[in-house]
Amino acid sequence: METTVVCRGVSKIYRQDTVAVPALTDIDLEIPKLDFVCLSGPSGSGKSTLLNLIGGLDAPTAGEIEVDGQRVDKMEKGALADLRLRKIGFVFQAYNLIPVLTARENVEFVMQLQGVGAEERTRKARKILKEVGIEELENRRPGELSGGQQQRVAVARAIVSEPSLVLADEPTANLDSKTAENLMQLLRHMNREHGVTFVFSTHDKLVMEFSRRLITLRDGRIVDDVRRD
Amino acid sequence: MAITLRLAWRNLWRNPRRTWFTASAIAFITVLLIFIITLQMGAFDMMLDTSLRVFTGQMQIQREGYLDKPQMRVTVARAQNLAGSLRRATGLPGIAVRANGFALAASGTRSYGVPVVGVEPAHESAVSTIPRLIRQGRYLANDTAQELVVGAVLARNLKIKVGDELTLLGAGMDGSVAATVLPVVGLFESGSPELDRHLVEMPLQTFQEVFSMGQEAHALVISGPSLERMAATQVLVRQHMPQDPALVLLDWEKLLPGVKQVMQADIIEHWFLYIVLILVVTFSILNTFLMSVLERTREFGIMLALGATPLGIGRLVLLESTLLTLLGLAIGIVLGGGIALYFNYYGFTFKGMQELYSQFGFAGVITPKITFVNVMTGPAVIFAFTVAAALYPAWRIRRLRIVEAMHAVH
Ligand SMILES: Nc1ncnc2c1ncn2[C@@H]1O[C@H](COP(=O)(O)OP(=O)(O)OP(=O)(O)O)[C@@H](O)[C@H]1O
Ligand SMILES: [Mg+2]
Repeated sequence: METTVVCRGVSKIYRQDTVAVPALTDIDLEIPKLDFVCLSGPSGSGKSTLLNLIGGLDAPTAGEIEVDGQRVDKMEKGALADLRLRKIGFVFQAYNLIPVLTARENVEFVMQLQGVGAEERTRKARKILKEVGIEELENRRPGELSGGQQQRVAVARAIVSEPSLVLADEPTANLDSKTAENLMQLLRHMNREHGVTFVFSTHDKLVMEFSRRLITLRDGRIVDDVRRD
Repeated sequence: MAITLRLAWRNLWRNPRRTWFTASAIAFITVLLIFIITLQMGAFDMMLDTSLRVFTGQMQIQREGYLDKPQMRVTVARAQNLAGSLRRATGLPGIAVRANGFALAASGTRSYGVPVVGVEPAHESAVSTIPRLIRQGRYLANDTAQELVVGAVLARNLKIKVGDELTLLGAGMDGSVAATVLPVVGLFESGSPELDRHLVEMPLQTFQEVFSMGQEAHALVISGPSLERMAATQVLVRQHMPQDPALVLLDWEKLLPGVKQVMQADIIEHWFLYIVLILVVTFSILNTFLMSVLERTREFGIMLALGATPLGIGRLVLLESTLLTLLGLAIGIVLGGGIALYFNYYGFTFKGMQELYSQFGFAGVITPKITFVNVMTGPAVIFAFTVAAALYPAWRIRRLRIVEAMHAVH
């Protein structure tokens, strides 16, 4: 089976003034294509750090990280930006969207960076917004959308150019449980229909239930890794 | 591109008050610069027009070398014939012949060395205001009249009045003694202290006899219909001038080099002030730009995470400040241009200026000079400064670390 993400001996140590804060220690991890992985663990256990390293937002202190066979830890900034643009989608906890752009423009923004022509952009954005169920809200700005609707737009934006991998750091943290459940159903749907690998983090038991694989972190180490399907 | 432009434009209006404040500051300085520059250029034109119309004329035809070393024998031959045919060929009425000499002017008890100028009374008023500014008596009657007009101050210094005789003693063109005694028929007050204190005018033919000059003279003084058409007048005259390499057509910059220097010094002095003003505004704008970038650190972090490059975001920020500057400039150009147009139509004057100038036959009203260069120079310099200022915040974005940026409070 193809693997989308490989981590070998990954460590991350933050330097705060003179103190070294180890956030991740010696992580070995393989995530096969099409997986739907949940990172869980207490606050400060390293979930966000791991997602950031995989997404090339930050560099590991030691170890190797591959995404789609490319060594993320060795890439320079420009190549990393390009990898994020074409291969990786992101959904963050909140305030994901560019506030002055409408829902559809937010989705189109990424495609514009990719150099997709205007017509195709609009067509694809409409299609994906329909798929996440907010096509009638496409001309609203983020401030005029509920938290759940905003996260749906963020998901639409992450998925629209069919990346290999979507990383979502606590995508449901600001949502009530009903809305969170709906969003997770949407992510599962995207995972199946678009063949996109998902890695997300959460504190929420209910959200963990949706995963096919549940990885538990504690103090920067993987302490549990169970397949659930 | 469309989204970037929309993004930049809408970002401007996230904080409308700040945007309006900044745009107003830019507009204000733009208005100021357009107004002052067009007014200054208008004032220069008025000053130039005034000084040319009193005596010098817009241009002169002289014998080559006379300007640098005004020797009496460096003449224009058959000057009156030449002037007549030039008048016919060009259709310009403002062409008059002059001959210049130097004499000791003596009245009963006093004597002064003075320039004496032979003029054509029939044509002189078309190139000089002096014939119309006779305060006492009258102007010279005709080319052969045996009489003089002198500056009012000179008359006072010589203690003479209209009707008195003045003795002139000088050297003729051939080196002979030139001496005559002529009655003073008029006193002029031109407004130029220099002329009023020194100048003596007499009819051209009388001059030619006294100074043994035959048919010769020193200059054809030429004034076109207006200062605006001076360049066209010059071309016209040059076309019809005899193809004689010994004759040169001199423009005002050659005739009055000091005036040009004064103007240039004045322009440079003003620009020092403008630059200081522009710098003050630029720094306040820089501050605005910096704030608007700092506030959006988190947003930029997200854009970077999505795959935008620091260069792309820098360009966005630059585009925003360019739009903002253009907005301010547009308002400033409309308002400043409007104000300049208003005064262009109604004229601009200081208290007292009009009274002072009107004594000497001038309107004393400055007309702002509206040309593309005069209007756009200020805005262009402001644009250059503000865009340069916007480079700094745009450049700072290169230093953004994505993860830290995304955790920024704003
Ligand atoms: N920029 C940073 N500088 C210093 N230390 C950091 C930084 N970011 C994270 N850390 C530390 O690294 C460790 C892991 O943090 P991380 O944010 O990955 O945890 P998390 O599992 O995402 O926590 P939470 O559930 O609260 O989001 C923590 O001890 C945290 O204090
Ligand atoms: Mg976290």
